[in-house]
Amino acid sequence: MMSAAVVAVSVMLAVAGAGAIYRIARGPSILDRVLASDVLLAIVGAALITDMIVYRNLDYLALVVAISLIGFIGSVTVARFVTDRR
Amino acid sequence: MEETVYDVITAVLMLGGALMSLAAAIGLIRFPDLLSRMHAATKPQVLGLLLFLLALAVEFRSWKLLPVLAVVWIFMLLTAPVSAHMVGRAGYRTKHLRPELLVIDELDDVVERAQRLLREAEEEALEDEDDDPRVDDDPGHSYTGELDDDEMLRARGTGAGEALNSDAQRPGKNPEG
Repeated sequence: MMSAAVVAVSVMLAVAGAGAIYRIARGPSILDRVLASDVLLAIVGAALITDMIVYRNLDYLALVVAISLIGFIGSVTVARFVTDRR
Repeated sequence: MEETVYDVITAVLMLGGALMSLAAAIGLIRFPDLLSRMHAATKPQVLGLLLFLLALAVEFRSWKLLPVLAVVWIFMLLTAPVSAHMVGRAGYRTKHLRPELLVIDELDDVVERAQRLLREAEEEALEDEDDDPRVDDDPGHSYTGELDDDEMLRARGTGAGEALNSDAQRPGKNPEG
């Protein structure tokens, strides 16, 4: 039961990450790419938590905390300096 | 038995979080413009993260873990709106949106009023430039405050106005020349 759920979660996260990467590659504007990279960061955090649950360790907890603390800086910086060019 | 119940709760919470991530990715791919994609992008950042953190808490059932997880979620709640605000503002200012898709643009009136005020201020500045006392805008006038009627008539009759005029046009006396 648990392992089937883990497989389903992993597949869904992989598909979601692929979708976010598709939007990063496709654009069309820098803001779309920044937004998609934010989503990719959230998906990576979710994958880290899934890993911790499956293997019953807490190795990545500091990494998850760091993501939630400073993950917004990149998108704020890019959005601050975005101009009219597409 | 108890383990199985906790496992089921964990699995359900994780599946919910993964579904949020999947919904965000589908929204990113299929939605037409930046603002609607921003709507989709918030799902895994807030609710998805909450579900995953709850799954972690249920799986470990440790009181020591809870403050850390609370910190993670609270800081995500604090920082996600900041980046979303900056991205949305930059997108609106650089016209990364499709106005025909908006039901209502509440900033429309404000932007229009601000542009009108800016235009008026610029026109006023131009008029002020015309009123510059050092520039003789209307060379045909004479300084009536200093002259009585006879002197004015004499000045006009002898073409003094034109003489004054040509004086003003000379480069030496022209303040802008």
